[in-house]
Amino acid sequence: MNPIAKAREAVTHSAHTVPNRRAGGHDTAPNSGRDPVLALRGAAVRVGGRTLWSGVDLRIGSGEFTAVLGPNGVGKSTMIKVLLGALPAAAGEVRVLGTRPGQANDRIGYLPQRRSFDASLRIRGVDVVRMGLDGDRWGVPLPFPSARRQAARARVDEVIELVGASAYAHRPIGQCSGGEQQRLLIAQALIRRPELLLLDEPLDSLDLPNQSAVAALIGRISHQEGVSVVMVAHDVNPILHHLDRVVYLAEGGAAAGTPEEVITSGTLTRLYGTPVEVLRTSDGRLVVVGQPEAPAVHTDRHSGGPS
Amino acid sequence: MMLAESGAPAWSWNLLTDFQEMWSYPFMVNAFRAGAIVAVVAAVVGWFVVLRRQTFAAHTVSAVAFPGAAGALLLGVSAVYGYFTLCVAAALVIAALRGGGDHEESALTGTVQAFLLASGFLFTALYRGLLEGPQTILFGTFLGITSSQVTVLTVVGAVVLAALALLGRPLLFASVDPKVAAGRGVPVRALSVVFLVLLGAATAETSQITGTLLVFALMVIPAATAQVLTPRPALSLALAVLLAFAATWLGLTAAYYSPYPLGFFVTTIAFAGYLLALGWRSLREVLSRRAVATPAAREVTA
Repeated sequence: MNPIAKAREAVTHSAHTVPNRRAGGHDTAPNSGRDPVLALRGAAVRVGGRTLWSGVDLRIGSGEFTAVLGPNGVGKSTMIKVLLGALPAAAGEVRVLGTRPGQANDRIGYLPQRRSFDASLRIRGVDVVRMGLDGDRWGVPLPFPSARRQAARARVDEVIELVGASAYAHRPIGQCSGGEQQRLLIAQALIRRPELLLLDEPLDSLDLPNQSAVAALIGRISHQEGVSVVMVAHDVNPILHHLDRVVYLAEGGAAAGTPEEVITSGTLTRLYGTPVEVLRTSDGRLVVVGQPEAPAVHTDRHSGGPS
Repeated sequence: MMLAESGAPAWSWNLLTDFQEMWSYPFMVNAFRAGAIVAVVAAVVGWFVVLRRQTFAAHTVSAVAFPGAAGALLLGVSAVYGYFTLCVAAALVIAALRGGGDHEESALTGTVQAFLLASGFLFTALYRGLLEGPQTILFGTFLGITSSQVTVLTVVGAVVLAALALLGRPLLFASVDPKVAAGRGVPVRALSVVFLVLLGAATAETSQITGTLLVFALMVIPAATAQVLTPRPALSLALAVLLAFAATWLGLTAAYYSPYPLGFFVTTIAFAGYLLALGWRSLREVLSRRAVATPAAREVTA
């Protein structure tokens, strides 16, 4: 057995104990009297007969910003699918907004993994945002002024203002930059006032200034608007100082908790099976260094896999 | 087409008498009626075709309209049935070939398309009844559109438009943003199949005016022009209808008063509109860039 595989086996054993350690009394959700927005207990998922991750314990209160982290191909996006009810959990219990996954999807805003619009697409940003409001309704809206029409327009303007996209919302979306498109898509996901926002790698393929700007926007949405956010990411650094909670998924195991608990050199080195260092900057922020993109054993699975 | 030689109608620059003269012939009245219906249906369906980037599917469907019409004539039935049967069948085959994937099976579709075109050519050779060969099927004619044909076009067109009115909004959502639409419970795959069938029906209608090779004149060019002119969905849809309508009626008038074929005029008018729209947009872009650049330059110098 090669050293990496041996280390990974060590991870799978030890990782089960990580969540258990905090399962006892660490539910610092702001309103722990109410149902948590998200509750996972011993959750596991299986795709094609292979267990992607297991032993995930997680409670998320309203207005919390949670990141789902882990190497490529470990099943981070699969976590979102489970929360949407598109894939059943193989073990454990999953409750979303107090019900079974899939039952409360109209109260969830979902942003799939990076879609970029074709540059020649001649549809305005406002129209794409508006589709999030009533794009799934049959029939065509009557072209007469009405109270409902006005309310819809006001809501579109409000949510575009919230994400700071007013300056370019009336341009064809294909001509907006990646960061601008991402803001408009976040507005689209927010327009029905969801209680939970599921974001799949929203910072992917954005440049650094846009990464931190969009991360700050998401942090503001969760803390000021009270929307719980679960965000899949492969790089923790741009979002780290906005986060309330992190979930680290690794082959077979997982660790969840506050960033201070989970993002330590010891925990990450165990989970990844390769040395990872967590540094603290002069202003007290954490920086994760040496995080492997894809361990050698994973090279047969790329973005096409259940990442 | 032969009209110019037989009757030699002359354009008088008095629109009222010109239209009175054209509409004194029942076949011209039928042609204008059919043209209006086809323009509206083709423009609305075509608007979604352009938005969904399905012009290759539209091309395939229109190409098989040719063997459809030729085969129908060979069997001794009206070409209308041939158009509708093969166009809708082709749409269903394309939908089936796509399977679960998003991309089109372009190689297989192209192969079958070539074979069907060749079959159509054989059918016209076997039939021998077409005075002008396959030309009227390929490039369109306004002669001999019967009242019953207009009725069929109206009924099918009304069904297509009603279906699009019902499906329009989710179809737009599914066309622009399929993943999120699916997440919101929009039946993206089913909509895509239904749309292909509507596309088949609309193509069959359009083929009867523009001919099977020039279907794009009414289906793609007006919609593309409208989308160049404005990114507002409702406005560009209305513009597409208006442009298709104008191209058809102007084309019919031009074809009536000249010895040249209808398909040429409709296509040329639509194409001219597209070029004008492109020119107008680049002009506006240049002007707005200059408007943005000037105050910025002033700020720097100040």
